[in-house]
Amino acid sequence: MSVLELTPQDWTAILLSLRIALVATVVALPFGIAIATLLARKDFWGKSLLDALVHLPLVLPPVVTGYLLLITLGRNAPVGAFLADHFGIVVAFRWTGAVISCGVMAFPLMVRAIRLSIEAIDRRLEDAASTLGANRTWSFATVTLPLALPGIIAGAMLAFARALGEFGATITFVSNIPGETQTISAAIYTLTQIPGGDAAALQLVIVAVIISVAALVASEWLARRATARLHGA
Amino acid sequence: MLTVDVEKQLGEFSLHVAFEAAGGATALFGASGAGKTGIINMIAGLTRPDRGRIMLDGEVLFDDAARIDVPAWRRRIGCVFQEGRLFPHLSVRHNLDYGRWMSGHVADPDAFSHVVAMLDIGHLLNRRPGKLSGGERQRVAVGRALLMLPRLLLLDEPLASLDAARKDDILPYLERLRDEARVPMIYVSHDAGEVRRLATRVVMLDGGRVTATGGVELLDAARDDVLA
Repeated sequence: MSVLELTPQDWTAILLSLRIALVATVVALPFGIAIATLLARKDFWGKSLLDALVHLPLVLPPVVTGYLLLITLGRNAPVGAFLADHFGIVVAFRWTGAVISCGVMAFPLMVRAIRLSIEAIDRRLEDAASTLGANRTWSFATVTLPLALPGIIAGAMLAFARALGEFGATITFVSNIPGETQTISAAIYTLTQIPGGDAAALQLVIVAVIISVAALVASEWLARRATARLHGA
Repeated sequence: MLTVDVEKQLGEFSLHVAFEAAGGATALFGASGAGKTGIINMIAGLTRPDRGRIMLDGEVLFDDAARIDVPAWRRRIGCVFQEGRLFPHLSVRHNLDYGRWMSGHVADPDAFSHVVAMLDIGHLLNRRPGKLSGGERQRVAVGRALLMLPRLLLLDEPLASLDAARKDDILPYLERLRDEARVPMIYVSHDAGEVRRLATRVVMLDGGRVTATGGVELLDAARDDVLA
């Protein structure tokens, strides 16, 4: 027996996990950059409330986050019913629902990394940009954003890895449906619940380790490259 | 013609100055803590005065009574800061072009090569600011401010971070700038030697107030009490 013998179901779970994690990261990124900028650069009423809200998924038990999503976005929940009736959008028990739960769970990590990198930027460079005729939008796009790039990459990669491993909130919100919401983690969990399933579970565990390590290495490499580029190497 | 009459409370320190500056180089001269940088930031539009009025060539840039506060990016006032503040992620060439990009002017290769030649920075164009010496960085910063076609140039202690030899290297460039560029300059310094070489007019500052205005001969009279 070779080390990796993946069944079609395994492949389905792997590809689904990658798709969910990737879409969750890409969709969360603009919001993550916006909220991180807001928290790093603006003082406004309710700032600590927003900060707490963003960090909530980090401290709440994931099952609780999943449950909260279920009672707001579920088919019979207020927001969920509104979206279904008016736009025909249903996320409960769909892979798109898993994107939402993974995105929410990964969001605090993403915001933290980006916020730190924005706070580290010398604001006087933005002042210099404004004396050179750049309004706020342009100075953000041409100075702040490029200088924050290593942090943005790190934040995106952290979020991707977190989304890939998401289990509690996802299984609570969208259940564990093979081919629709069964990610690697959920598939491993299912396999460990059936007698003699641990050998098959090990296959997926190895895949999960490979993907996570690859994501980590890729993020290190990208962040280093971005930093080097910023400083003209 | 620049007319400044502003007040600002900065913690314990109160700044209340009024002066005028026409063409040539006007030096704001005083010891550290006299409020020079605060004034520069208000003229540039980076800090907001509490009260008063700033006018440039007949245009009101700030007037608290009339609720006018033109944002920095619309003032077209070039700034050269003490630490250069070049954009570390852009090459020297792109730093020089930044002001033109932001104001949407078309490229003017003649103006570009003229400024590059005047400041002798042609060999640096493809480098990043991180790879420049202190003197090179400040020359690029002057070029960047000039190429945005400013109505006024503010130089805030542009030589303060350099050693004496470097200062002597750069002063001739600034003299050429004053004589050739025809952009009025406000030159902030606490160094009487620099001011004597560059300034056509001097505004003496002490403790957030203007103590005297006049020609460079003011420096001789005030040398003892300012530099004591």
